[in-house]
Amino acid sequence: MTTSVDAPLATATAPARDPVIRVRGLVKTYGKVEAVRGIDLDVAPGEIFGFLGPNGAGKTTTIQILCTLLRATAGHASVAGYDVDSDPDAVRSCIGLVFQDPSLDQELTARENLDFHAIVYNVPRAVRSRRIDAVLEMVGLRDRASAPVKTFSGGMKRRLEIARGIMHAPQVLFLDEPTQGLDPQTRAHIWEYLNELRRSEDITIFMTTHYMDEAEYCERIAVIDHGALVAQGSPDQLKGMVGGDVVTAGTADDGAAAAELSAKLGVEAGVTADGVRVEVADGAAFVPRMIQALSVPVRSVTIRRPSLDDVFLKVTGRAIRDDEPGSVDDLRNMAQMWMRRR
Amino acid sequence: MDAIAELARDAAALRRQEWRTPRWQRTLRAIYVIWLRDVIRYRRDRTRLAASLAQPLLFLVVFGVGLSSSLGGLGGRGGASATFGSAGGSISYIQYIYPGVVGMAVLFTALFSSMSIVWDREFGFLKEILVAPIDRSAVAIGKALGGATQAMFQGLIMLAIGPIIGVHLTPLTVLEVVPILFLLAFTLTAFGVAIAARMRSMQGFQVIMNFLLMPMFFLSGSLFPLQGLPAWMAVLTRIDPLAYGIAPLRTAVLSTSGAPGAVTRTLASVTWFDWQVPSILALGMLSLLGAVFLGVAIRAFRVRD
Repeated sequence: MTTSVDAPLATATAPARDPVIRVRGLVKTYGKVEAVRGIDLDVAPGEIFGFLGPNGAGKTTTIQILCTLLRATAGHASVAGYDVDSDPDAVRSCIGLVFQDPSLDQELTARENLDFHAIVYNVPRAVRSRRIDAVLEMVGLRDRASAPVKTFSGGMKRRLEIARGIMHAPQVLFLDEPTQGLDPQTRAHIWEYLNELRRSEDITIFMTTHYMDEAEYCERIAVIDHGALVAQGSPDQLKGMVGGDVVTAGTADDGAAAAELSAKLGVEAGVTADGVRVEVADGAAFVPRMIQALSVPVRSVTIRRPSLDDVFLKVTGRAIRDDEPGSVDDLRNMAQMWMRRR
Repeated sequence: MDAIAELARDAAALRRQEWRTPRWQRTLRAIYVIWLRDVIRYRRDRTRLAASLAQPLLFLVVFGVGLSSSLGGLGGRGGASATFGSAGGSISYIQYIYPGVVGMAVLFTALFSSMSIVWDREFGFLKEILVAPIDRSAVAIGKALGGATQAMFQGLIMLAIGPIIGVHLTPLTVLEVVPILFLLAFTLTAFGVAIAARMRSMQGFQVIMNFLLMPMFFLSGSLFPLQGLPAWMAVLTRIDPLAYGIAPLRTAVLSTSGAPGAVTRTLASVTWFDWQVPSILALGMLSLLGAVFLGVAIRAFRVRD
């Protein structure tokens, strides 16, 4: 069912090198539940690769397999040339990981957090303190180095986690929802760092997100749903999958309007929170016909180029925000309350 | 930008060096880091320090002073304190329960320090450690050592309070007591870590802890001698790890009381079928239990689903 868009990777990246992440037929089942159902992926060195999907689609499971935290039920995966199953230690040495949930020690200072990470990841003493200064500088936290992490804002903590993720100069940086819950300004900052980082360290970034505007920054995107990849390609290629323009009309009765459009104009009309939604080749030409065809009053009409949201809607049949709460969500809510209280 | 250039230079160097230190060395460093973190946190958390001192102190005052006064009155001896033993020397009740309360301080600190594991694995430092290129035994060992250090420190504070409330201690006793405290603290933390290792919710861990904590304390001989107990209770006392720490602790503390050795041993020892287990064997049992708990914890952390 993969509607993959096969495209040469030639656009921004160097001539085809061996993929730094290679996944073949990856399957993970928990009892009878198939969380991941046969995924194939290649990520080229230096790429920013976005992994999109609703909660419970298998994103985090896939990342956890790639980071050697979980074992795959079937299939193969390698990171930086090492097999995740047979050589987890080698993989771990080559990767940095920024978790969806905070994993800093609140009682320790920023410097201590980084220092402890560096010790465990084999950063020699001679380099350690220089490197800590450098990464703190990069994320704009150098003047807060000696402050306990519990005094940091959410955005600062996130930046510190990213700084920690790159302390040991990983070849691949995994970011699981790195900007979730952050304000747009902080998100923009974090993207600045990530882009800088890629220029300076020749790093590959593999990230999950459900901010579609953020996915635009990625060079390539894979969309996962119900444990299988449903689309893969550059943002532009993916948008090309949606025919032409997206027309959305707010009407007095969206359900009736959608039925009417399907019947009279033979287009596929869906109902969304914003109104009746139609994908057509030429939006400007379609609108007059639509208004003529509709017997329900039309209140508003918008025509726009397709966004990744539209792609997502097309390949998964639903909007990305329709998330069901996951299993750790209770604990996570508790954690958030706890963090806020401090 | 300078910082960026610097990052790039070091990054290249770091990537080349990646394999220079063997895994066991990285694992040792991780143990050190996990231990150090626990110690730093303990040092900074004054509230916890105060709270964990308050309870044993309360016990000492309430049981030690209160109970010994009232028992003394009941016994009709007329003295201000209840005593054990008759011929030769006598041992005041406060001297008797003192090692028990020290053990209690150690027990509480040890188990509470292991509780942080549940939280840390989901939202904290341990999550980070679990993806590091180290052997995961480091987590169990580092936590056990970290908790043991905290618990031992707590025990030492109790030791310092002893003379103030009228418990007789000599420097030699203190020297004897410190290693026992550490061993006890280590075994109890390892026990906590083994339970916490596969636990997924804080509530679950708390329920289990509440279920275990008090019985472990009461059955350890902390408050009363483990002699002439009903059979079922005697069995329970023998499988209580704390009992094997309290006994040698008490033997050491009571040895300076001037009471005859036989009396001290009767009051202090764990018995196996009416045989009084000597301190050295009790400590051996404690080490063995500690090793078993640590083994269970290591196994639990090594599992990769």
